Amino acid sequence: MAFLELVEIAKRYPGVVALDRVTLSVAPGEVIGLIGENGAGKSTLMKVLGGVIEPSAGAIRVDGVERKPFTVGDAIKAGIAFVHQELNVFDNLDAAANVFIGREPLAGGFLKLIDRKKLHADVQPLLDRLGVDFAPDTPVAEMSLAQRQLLEIAKALSLSARLVIMDEPTSSLTLSETERLMRVIAGLKTQGVSVIFISHRLNEVQTCADRVAVLRDGRMVGELERSAITHDAMIPLMIGRELKALYIAPAPERPEGTTLQMQGVRTTAYPDRAVSLEVRGGEILGLAGLVGSGRTELARAVFGIDPLRGGALKMNGEPVEIRGPREAIDRGVFLVPEDRKRAGLLLDSSIARNISLPDLRSYARGLLVRNQAELDNAVRQKERLDIKAPSVKAEVGTLSGGNQQKVVLAKWLSMRPKVIIFDEPTRGIDVGAKHEIYEIMRALANSGVAVLMISSDMEEVIGVSDRIAVMQEGRISGFLDRPEFSEHNVLRLAVGMRPSS
Amino acid sequence: MFKKDLGLLVLIIVVGTAVAIINDRFLLPGNLSNTANQVGLFGLFSIGEAFVIITGGIELSVGSLIALLGTIFIDLIVNHNMNWMLAVAIIVAAGCILGAIHGLLITKMHLQPFVVTLCGLLIYRGVARYYTQDATAGFGFGVSFPTLEWLTAGRSEILSPFARLVGYHGHTIAIPHSLIALIVVAVVAGVVLHRSIFGRYLFAVGKNEEAARYSGINSDRIVVSAYVICCGLAAVAAIFIAMYTRSISPAVHGSFYELYAIAAAVLGGCSLRGGEGSILGVVLGTVLLQVLQNLVNLLGIPSSLNFAVMGTVILIGVLADQQFLRYRQRAASDRGRVRAGSPTPEAAE
Repeated sequence: MAFLELVEIAKRYPGVVALDRVTLSVAPGEVIGLIGENGAGKSTLMKVLGGVIEPSAGAIRVDGVERKPFTVGDAIKAGIAFVHQELNVFDNLDAAANVFIGREPLAGGFLKLIDRKKLHADVQPLLDRLGVDFAPDTPVAEMSLAQRQLLEIAKALSLSARLVIMDEPTSSLTLSETERLMRVIAGLKTQGVSVIFISHRLNEVQTCADRVAVLRDGRMVGELERSAITHDAMIPLMIGRELKALYIAPAPERPEGTTLQMQGVRTTAYPDRAVSLEVRGGEILGLAGLVGSGRTELARAVFGIDPLRGGALKMNGEPVEIRGPREAIDRGVFLVPEDRKRAGLLLDSSIARNISLPDLRSYARGLLVRNQAELDNAVRQKERLDIKAPSVKAEVGTLSGGNQQKVVLAKWLSMRPKVIIFDEPTRGIDVGAKHEIYEIMRALANSGVAVLMISSDMEEVIGVSDRIAVMQEGRISGFLDRPEFSEHNVLRLAVGMRPSS
Repeated sequence: MFKKDLGLLVLIIVVGTAVAIINDRFLLPGNLSNTANQVGLFGLFSIGEAFVIITGGIELSVGSLIALLGTIFIDLIVNHNMNWMLAVAIIVAAGCILGAIHGLLITKMHLQPFVVTLCGLLIYRGVARYYTQDATAGFGFGVSFPTLEWLTAGRSEILSPFARLVGYHGHTIAIPHSLIALIVVAVVAGVVLHRSIFGRYLFAVGKNEEAARYSGINSDRIVVSAYVICCGLAAVAAIFIAMYTRSISPAVHGSFYELYAIAAAVLGGCSLRGGEGSILGVVLGTVLLQVLQNLVNLLGIPSSLNFAVMGTVILIGVLADQQFLRYRQRAASDRGRVRAGSPTPEAAE
């Protein structure tokens, strides 16, 4: 008998349907695996469950009683607890204080001092229930990430949680820590506590889930019972959209370009995993993978933002050392960053001043900037890329997302690119501008530039790339050529499986 | 940016006219010349402060630096008989080195600018007092440096040739050389800040350090340079101020000067968040502060109220500016709405 029911939940934003009539019920002691691609609506659904966002339609029933509105307070009262990817623990307190933060037992009296003995005594049974290896007085600062996660679960239990929602709980855990978490989940289950386990790691879902719910494009596309949970059953449910034709074929005659090779490159995100790949001049290499697979960190390391933890870079076979963005830029290696507002643009500067920033020396006579040369180039770029703005003196912050991204591109196109890395180039950009950006990428490749496109948008990766490399937990799990392109194959590689024929 | 400077200029003229009407001594050549001298002295280090504020930092040790470097300067030329040109070079170099240390602590050790320069404020003041054993440093009887004194504390009637052109042969206002120094420094700083590549980098780092880094700018180097410029100019100001006051009590000399500098920069349109400001604005801000100071003296307001008057005027000025900005933004967004609503948006281009 389900204690929590979500019935036909919908969430609509202007122009976007984030959730489309999703129905899900949770029975006591049930472990539900929730899977779906990036952007399938998992986070939105969980925010609805936490009372953080209000659904546009549908009902939430707790113990058969409909709750409307369903607020954060209602969620806590219903016994719903979250263990987030970014843990919300206080580093400066000990384990016990974290569990009872804000609800500390008091020794009474005027000063309302905390009764430490009772605090520790109250926490111990909770820790015992989880079978953890730390004491109530362990400072959180000394605890590993896995221990902190268990601490969060203990906190959930102290709030008499009936449902613990874990969002990608194993993404930063070692294998043995993951196994322990699996045992903890099994333990919770025997105590009648339900778990919603959100993960990209299908093996773990298969291990712990009684039932798997699959979201795709905001819809619940299928549920699998315990006996039916297999990779071959889960993957087809996760994909299955009709892909639009985005592919622009490369020009048959292309100039010999520069090839960038990464050999055994290690990044700060996964220092013990090495990446080797080659982006050839004239091609668009798509770099796919799940969020957190280390793609952005790879781009940052190649561009010199983060130091390389090992390995070497070569351009046309010549070893190159890139110790900072300046050296990358001087070698013609450019990066269009993932977060253009934070890393790509000076929002309250003009279009012209943004475009000239990385290359001011070529607009200068001596040490002084020639404003006219700067404006002339900006006007040229504005026409070439069709940047929609009243003038090149307009502040970049006033433009739409697509036009802002074009300004970032104009920065690099004004110089002589040899290798360009696009990190999520069309995130938050409308369809029309998306297509223009694809055309620009193809034109760059046709002129001999090596283009590396990081994207989590399956349609984009498959539609735009000449070749796809897939990353999984800091390593390259495989390459695909155009005949092998399919969402199925990309996804299998992204979760660490071999592609099927 | 230009509109902001214009507003400040109007404010100065209004305040100046009001003071002149109430007390006609304001326009006496002697008073104007003295006020100009104050503007020159305070403007020198306020421009330096502006460089730091534009990168999004703050420099609080300016006043203590002026006390410390001023005492050392007088000690070098008076007690150690050092050639004054060498002494000037040493003092300016010392200022630049201290600035570099501030900058490196902020960029390489990731300390907050407020903390680093607050420690500087305490340390330099303490060292200055210890150095002179809290005695007043000054020039002994009969000690004189005619060239140095003329250069730093002298005044010239450089306007008289122009006056003669229009047929006036009497005395003109004696222009203090500190003001001339300020004009030279301001012109150079203005060109550097508003026209040079380095100036663009300063603004870029102040507006968005991360985006600046992604555009290949070595933001650490830019920030360190700003502190070097700031403390270097504070050293220059220290020499001018020492030669003007001719005696330095290290316990009080230059105290609160960093706040004058910050006030001038903020009045002049610098945002403490960084990325905004102009040299002309800072100079005008300094002028306004000194006119206010003069107003307190001339209008017989008790001099103990000095800071209260200045604080109030700055507050009103900043509030007015904020309101003006909000008004402009609203006007701009209204225009935007009209444009978005029109059938042919491209026509607006």
